[in-house]
Amino acid sequence: MSAVGVEWTPVCRLDDLQPERGVAALVDGVQMAVFRTFNDELHAVGNQDPFTGAFVISRGIVGSRGDAATVASPLHKQVFDLATGVCLDDESVRVPVYPIRARDGVVELALR
Amino acid sequence: MKRHLVVVGNGMVGQRFVEAMRERDDEHYWAITVLSEESRRAYDRVALSSYFDGTPVEELDVVADGCYDAEHYALHLDESVDSIDRSGRTVTTSRGRVIGFDALVLATGSYPFVPPVPGSELPGCFVYRTLDDLDAIRAAAEDAVASTRGRRAGMVVGGGLLGLEAARALRLLGMSPHVVELAPRLMPLQVDDGGGALLRELIEKLDVTVHVGTSVKAIERDRGRMLATLADGTELDLDVVVFSAGVRPRDQLARDAGLDIGARGGIVVDDACRTSDQAIWAIGECACIGGRVYGLVAPGYTMAEVLADRLTGGESSFISADTSTKLKLLGVDVASFGDALAMTPGALEVTLNNPVDHSYAKLVLSDDATTLLGGVLVGDASKYLSLRPLVGRPLPADPVSMIAPSGGGGIGVGALPGDAQVCSCHAVTKEAICTAITRNGLTDVAAIKSCTKAGTGCGSCVPLLKTLLADSGVAVSNALCEHFDQTRAQLFDVVRSSGIATFTQLIQMHGRGRGCDTCKPVCASILASLEHGHILDGEQATLQDTNDHFLANIQKNGTYSVVPRIAAGEVTPEKLIILGEVARDFGLYTKITGGQRIDLLGARVEQLPAIWRRLVEAGFESGHAYGKALRTVKSCVGSTWCRYGVQDSVSLAIELELRYRGIRSPHKIKAGVSGCARECAEAQSKDIGVIATENGWNLYVGGNGGFRPRHADLLLTDVDTVTLIRTIDRFIMFYVRTADRLQRTASWVESLSDRDRDGLAYLRAVIVDDSLGIAADLDAAMNHHTEVYRDEWAEVLADPERLSRFVSFVNAPDTPDPSISFRSERGQPSPVLVSPPTLEVVR
Ligand code: SRM
Ligand SMILES: Cc1cc2nc3c(=O)[nH]c(=O)nc-3n(C[C@H](O)[C@H](O)[C@H](O)COP(=O)(O)OP(=O)(O)OC[C@H]3O[C@@H](n4cnc5c(N)ncnc54)[C@H](O)[C@@H]3O)c2cc1C
Ligand code: SF4
Ligand code: FES
Repeated sequence: MSAVGVEWTPVCRLDDLQPERGVAALVDGVQMAVFRTFNDELHAVGNQDPFTGAFVISRGIVGSRGDAATVASPLHKQVFDLATGVCLDDESVRVPVYPIRARDGVVELALR
Repeated sequence: MKRHLVVVGNGMVGQRFVEAMRERDDEHYWAITVLSEESRRAYDRVALSSYFDGTPVEELDVVADGCYDAEHYALHLDESVDSIDRSGRTVTTSRGRVIGFDALVLATGSYPFVPPVPGSELPGCFVYRTLDDLDAIRAAAEDAVASTRGRRAGMVVGGGLLGLEAARALRLLGMSPHVVELAPRLMPLQVDDGGGALLRELIEKLDVTVHVGTSVKAIERDRGRMLATLADGTELDLDVVVFSAGVRPRDQLARDAGLDIGARGGIVVDDACRTSDQAIWAIGECACIGGRVYGLVAPGYTMAEVLADRLTGGESSFISADTSTKLKLLGVDVASFGDALAMTPGALEVTLNNPVDHSYAKLVLSDDATTLLGGVLVGDASKYLSLRPLVGRPLPADPVSMIAPSGGGGIGVGALPGDAQVCSCHAVTKEAICTAITRNGLTDVAAIKSCTKAGTGCGSCVPLLKTLLADSGVAVSNALCEHFDQTRAQLFDVVRSSGIATFTQLIQMHGRGRGCDTCKPVCASILASLEHGHILDGEQATLQDTNDHFLANIQKNGTYSVVPRIAAGEVTPEKLIILGEVARDFGLYTKITGGQRIDLLGARVEQLPAIWRRLVEAGFESGHAYGKALRTVKSCVGSTWCRYGVQDSVSLAIELELRYRGIRSPHKIKAGVSGCARECAEAQSKDIGVIATENGWNLYVGGNGGFRPRHADLLLTDVDTVTLIRTIDRFIMFYVRTADRLQRTASWVESLSDRDRDGLAYLRAVIVDDSLGIAADLDAAMNHHTEVYRDEWAEVLADPERLSRFVSFVNAPDTPDPSISFRSERGQPSPVLVSPPTLEVVR
């Protein structure tokens, strides 16, 4: 992703994120699900479960399928690739992926 | 006329020989008499230790159905052969019988070697060879538990394969084991120094104290316990000592008869298994063949087959044998195969010592580095199955890539040549298995086992059998998920016997990848059942399903429900009023559940602590509606009010609900108590159902409503309350330990039945008659649970750290989720659902 024109919003400290567990963040009215994996990779995807409409993705269980880092929707357990947003159980569906970074211990999100 | 064959010993090899004769002797040329010193017919000695894990004796039995039903096959237990008269061709038994033979087969096995240590004959000193030995060890351990204060300790003399197995057994019996080994490393015969050092490190982490390079000088009696002094001066206070310092062939009978004996013991036989007497043969661990005595079952089986072939006119010979071993010791993988110690002249070694994931791997190669000769794996033996069959064959890949952590090298079972041995216990090749699968349309491992015998020895090739099935296009697996090959029950055992306390440790040592929404909650449940820590502490929090994570049940609009415990459905007017006030103040939908309590629905995450603060202050606690845990104990009004009632069902239901609240289990557990046979509490549709009688209680188990309704089975009749509760304790604990993921008790009870066993009778034997000797352990586990139970919600409220996760947004903690809204229906809130976005199509 290019840094040009990207507007970053700080949302929390990196230490606030428990590895392998998500939190929800609200950026300009958009709900994002934010994850820190065991190896300190950061991911931000849309918080809305595309199958039910409920805003719950941040509360799913984090894990892996093959090599992909994933989250499972807490409602009906469909699994999403955190890096691409693609649903691995139904590749025609996906959640949006948002730019995320940590600077000086602060996690920042952008709307792209 | 029939000729008479006498077999001395009914161990694994002797039995295998008789079965091989049954298959081959179509003409019924031989009549066979087997004499066995043990009181039990042949059983699986290799799996001996599983007896301590609760495997019933019947499952260890290895005698084929009907083997001794035929007229000319006889087995005499508890009768040993005391002498052989070679010229008269007779044997004399301990019962004074004299039996004539045309051919005599010695399959007397080995006896454990006990080094001449002063005190080794004291009561409390044991060997580890037979089921009777294990019963004696268990009895001594139980005595120690009853009489010793503080931690009980045991010492195993010998740090070889069996010694470490014995140490594991002592741990399962609740003791702290010490292992004393004369050699400078553990398992000196299987692993090299590098492997031994890592093995020691891993094993010490599991509460086993290792003393290498020293020996036991003396054992003395010391105020009801024992005191052992080691050569290095260490003194150990002990309750039990197990000698496991190697075995010696049982060749005394043959010595007395003047047969040739090997320089280091063992009855000398040629490659047809014939001794120095033309009419006498020897097979198994008592035989010295090609100058060698084998202490493993696979070479013994080969001898059994060779001999059966010879006695039925064949010409086979014994060549040499595979002495590979793979063990899981206390949850640490160790494997060695082929020329593990690089004894072949010019052999090269490739070693990979990985301090990060605590694994050690070594491959031994031929001097030109083209052929695999053997290897040692410690810490992670997952490559064992694919490497072992390659011994003696050209390397399929660069050796380093073959033992590198991520695998590489394409050495899956698919890459094996057809004539590679997949099952080395029974010498079954890949080709034989694949042919059996396709020709006979086999679809599961059990079918492969009965068709080819593969997998029925040590069991280590079973994962490969699964792979072969899968490769043949048959979908089978009872693996939990892509991260763990084990079932929940197997993982439970691993965690319990290894003391592993985190998911990270478990997946690193026994799984792969990072886990998922299947295995993480399973592990969370196992840890909760065993550790009783708060489920939201540390890493455990990340394993929980959203329900357990927020201690509430998620609803379709992303809100949660709140279900406080109302034990037995009994509630005071004051508490009812509080529930009403809380529901009103937070705008929650209120409903009486099917479990006799009250559900408040529609709470947002950030409201949960405030709601629960009010409830906890009013004396409510979590109802665990969100957990795989005890839900409710439903009750009728019982004898206090009801004109028909014969017992106080409400008091009992409350007692049960409070006793079992909070216990984490493979699936939810529900119970019911009715005050008389009219059964108003529908107890027979519950996992645990109790119905009052004039004389006490009837206990039913394994009932279910739900998806596939099943009535519970009657387990006990007319018992008093103490017996009732003790039996329910054991029922629940046994279920918690052995059921599969998401298996309700109904299907678990059904799964206990098989071809020759009635599940309910088995269950009764285990939890009522204590046939496995685990009842005390189950009782202790349940008592522990009741002692450490604390209300999860009260604990969350008391802890700012745990409370901090109950926020809507990490950057706007008090802003309600804008997508949640309600409309009013019949005077109560009802969720307005947001429709899903039009599904985005990828690219
Ligand atoms: C609230 C309640 C319905 C009600 O309003 O009455 C209910 C609600 C749910 N039931 Fe139930 N069941 C409720 C009583 C029952 C009963 C009746 C009983 O307990 O006497 C049964 C049949 C009896 C039985 O379990 O044997 C029942 C059989 C099920 C099943 C099927 C279980 C099965 O073995 O087939 C499920 C699905 C599951 O657990 O996998 C289920 C699952 C659920 C879940 C947890 C589904 C879910 O994952 O969202 C529902 C959410 C509960 C919540 O609070 O958000 N519920 N459910 C009842 C709560 C009882 C309580 O106080 O805890
Ligand atoms: C705890 C344990 C774990 C093991 N693990 C493994 C493993 O992982 N892999 C492996 O390959 N091997 C293992 N073994 C070794 C394996 O059990 C033996 O190799 C196998 O049992 C040998 O069979 P056998 O029939 O020769 O001897 P045994 O099974 O010892 O049978 C001999 C029988 O003969 C009886 N007998 C002896 N003398 C007389 C007499 N005079 N009259 C009548 N009866 C007599 C004995 O009582 C005994 O029942 C293990 C052994 C133990 C104890
Ligand atoms: S089960 Fe019997 S005691 Fe209980 S309410 Fe019904 S009739 Fe009365
Ligand atoms: S290798 Fe032991 S059973 Fe197959």
